[in-house]
Amino acid sequence: MSILTGASTAAALPPPSPDGAVFTFDDVGVRFGTTEVLRGVDLEVAGDGITVVLGPSGSGKSTLTRLCNRLLDPSSGRVDLRGTDVRALDVLQLRRAVGMVFQRPTLFDGSVGDNLAATGVTDAAAHEEVLDAVGLDAGFLRRDGGTLSGGEAQRVCLARSLLVRPQVLVADEPTASLDDASSRTLEQLARRLADDGVPILWVTHDLAQVDRIADARVVLEGGRVVAGR
Amino acid sequence: MSGPVELLGVAASGLLVLVAVGISAWAGLRLERDLIAAALRALVQLALLGMVLVAMIAPGQPIALSWLWVAVMILFAGWTVHRRVPDVPWLWMLSMAAFTAAAVVTLGVLFGAGVFPVDSTTVVPLAGLMIGNSMTATVLLSRRIMAEFRDKRLEIEARLALGQPSSQAAAPYLREALRTALVPQIETTKAVGIVFLPGMMVGLLLAGVTPLDAVQAQVVIMYLVLGSVAVTTSVVALGMRRILFTAAHQLRLPGTD
Repeated sequence: MSILTGASTAAALPPPSPDGAVFTFDDVGVRFGTTEVLRGVDLEVAGDGITVVLGPSGSGKSTLTRLCNRLLDPSSGRVDLRGTDVRALDVLQLRRAVGMVFQRPTLFDGSVGDNLAATGVTDAAAHEEVLDAVGLDAGFLRRDGGTLSGGEAQRVCLARSLLVRPQVLVADEPTASLDDASSRTLEQLARRLADDGVPILWVTHDLAQVDRIADARVVLEGGRVVAGR
Repeated sequence: MSGPVELLGVAASGLLVLVAVGISAWAGLRLERDLIAAALRALVQLALLGMVLVAMIAPGQPIALSWLWVAVMILFAGWTVHRRVPDVPWLWMLSMAAFTAAAVVTLGVLFGAGVFPVDSTTVVPLAGLMIGNSMTATVLLSRRIMAEFRDKRLEIEARLALGQPSSQAAAPYLREALRTALVPQIETTKAVGIVFLPGMMVGLLLAGVTPLDAVQAQVVIMYLVLGSVAVTTSVVALGMRRILFTAAHQLRLPGTD
């Protein structure tokens, strides 16, 4: 446990394991003011493969992903990472264990290399290796983030979150702003990652995509799980 | 009145207000009432200020009265900031803390080094100048931080999601906002004497102080302002970071979520 985070009261991070659920949502509710975004959500995300959460926009999908790495805390109920309440874990370690890819590619100012270094991992060989894993060659390291296509940028974002070797990947409609070819590439990358033992929680509103990638599916509507616990 | 400007002179300068009113009427601006009201209001406020100044900071009055007035100025400046940037919680308290810190540092240096004597004629004017400028910078900075954070919200959350602590995730955006808030102050300082004569120096010259003395006083004042703006904005930037993130490194922007 890092001394920098000063996490004397935090529980140790549960080790990665393909058995059981990686995330367990227990009667989770989220309210913003008077608006209920999630209500009584019970949900298990399998410790292997790709679990897809499907739902129309406004159904609370994004909110659900943000609970996994504590960008947001629930108003009621609890979220466990492998049996431990995420609030009992050191939050900075939790976030490194839970990789996240957002709906829109969010590159920081600077080169692709700068973006990868923002993780704290500055080793050039590691940068090249992770770029290779998302299908980009080492020449990208010096490219300015602003010159990339949407698909390339999203792959860099994926590489950035993989660089710290997360135990699980949470992806919030990662292909929503991409063309078909880029979407397929990202789907294939997700499949390879899942086969390599990193479970994935993948949120989408695209039914055809669900059929292509889902090992398990959950349907969210109006802030409630309506099918496929 | 024994000052350089006679009462009659003040009345004569009122003609200039009438000129402004005339222009407004001629051009159909319909600002005549506003102009007269503003001119009268300024006159009344300054007259009241004069009376208070006589009562509180005239030579021989106890120095405690001056410090009391400084405290009132800080309170009022904090309220003004809060009113002009109402969407940031706790900003009133934060800006008061910032002004107090800036007062301690800058007045501490000026009085500590004996640049000015600590007496009832120096404390209030120096503190007033310092607080006034810090107030403007605080309004600018806090608005800039809110705009920057709203604009770059996704980037900040992407940084948090990588496990960066809030201090690190916020740094590039706070730095940008601080630069934006400080640059005008630096530009003004550069242009002083060439592009414009500061109001205080004009006042001193009109009151009959020699140009050299006026320049010396002005230089000190400029550095006072620069120093206090730097201290104030640093405190506000650090404080805003505490306000906009939870202890669990979660971004909490008012008006979103």
